[in-house]
Amino acid sequence: MKKLLILVLMIFAFFSTAVLAQSLFPNIPKATGNEHPQGNEFMRINHMDMLRHERDMTMREGIRDVDNSLAQCISCHVVKGTDSKPVTIESEEHFCRVCHDFAAVKLDCFSCHNSVPEEGLKTSFKHPDANGSLNAVMAYLEETAK
Amino acid sequence: MTKEKGANIHRRDFLKSGAALASVTLASGVTLMAMGQGVAAGANPNVRWGLLIDANKCPSDCSACISACSNEHGWEDNGLPTDPQWIRKITLKDKNTGHENTLPLMCQHCEKPPCVDVCPTGASFKRADGIVLVDRHICIGCRYCMMACPFKARSFVHEKVKGQKTSSPRGKGTVEGCNMCVHKLDKGEGTTACVTACSATGNNAMIFGDLNDPSSDISLALTNYPSVELRDDLRLNLGVRYLNI
Repeated sequence: MKKLLILVLMIFAFFSTAVLAQSLFPNIPKATGNEHPQGNEFMRINHMDMLRHERDMTMREGIRDVDNSLAQCISCHVVKGTDSKPVTIESEEHFCRVCHDFAAVKLDCFSCHNSVPEEGLKTSFKHPDANGSLNAVMAYLEETAK
Repeated sequence: MTKEKGANIHRRDFLKSGAALASVTLASGVTLMAMGQGVAAGANPNVRWGLLIDANKCPSDCSACISACSNEHGWEDNGLPTDPQWIRKITLKDKNTGHENTLPLMCQHCEKPPCVDVCPTGASFKRADGIVLVDRHICIGCRYCMMACPFKARSFVHEKVKGQKTSSPRGKGTVEGCNMCVHKLDKGEGTTACVTACSATGNNAMIFGDLNDPSSDISLALTNYPSVELRDDLRLNLGVRYLNI
């Protein structure tokens, strides 16, 4: 009888935490545009390093034709508000805030950068093609081996 | 928990993603720096961007360059002492003769910038093509550069900024100044907002170009006319020079 009670309690505890997790987990807004070739899990872990690396290239060396830029992120990951205009970082629905609020990680990109895409700005961005990059490396290695 | 929502990463996936990061980062580094397959090469160390401003052609009542800069970069000078000024008009008066000249003054993009010397974090830096910039990612807002600058060319952002231009991010607690429209130059436009506006008024008081290219308009003008740099006693070798002052 005791065992049965414990089992029932355990099952109840399991389901209640599962339901709790489901309801607390952030509801990540869908993005427009192509999918990340590296996958969403990769981006969730590495987006900050990619941005940091390429911000230094852009800022310090003037290399603007980078694969990953903040402007590119927010142009696809734009969330429209009730007035069908993109919401700024002040809204809890902003793509970046949804996860950053959940993880309690302070986000200070937008104290300087605009958090909504600029109107009329052409976004001819494309995601880096993982195979293309590999081919580029192989071609470079062949070139230098000569 | 659905796959889309979940952020639970298995060890195997994590390792795979790590491998992907290595290849992408390496690839972009190699593509951009070593191979240059039709991508922007970045700041060219053989170029030195400069400006030549003819004070005689600059009317005292014209402020086209200032409003163009303000529109391009999204800063606003409403007359408060703490408002930013990336470019401003100054009046020079000869005390003996009473002759007055007005001219626009902005960051002079020194070859040996004092702001870079004094910056404790390395945020103030000079790009390979001679443009002096503030890396606001690491600027701590100490304002040493503002004190070091002989031209009062930099401003501190005192208020929270909203609705910045995508091409010109700016924010509270950092120092900013003329960046020679570096976003335009990197796109290959080869001009700045102030120079475009000055030509549009018909005054043509400003010439922009590569000081290292002997055939550029600015180099030819510098060869043909006697230009001066401000505070030449400091021997900073400025990127901005003036005529007729």
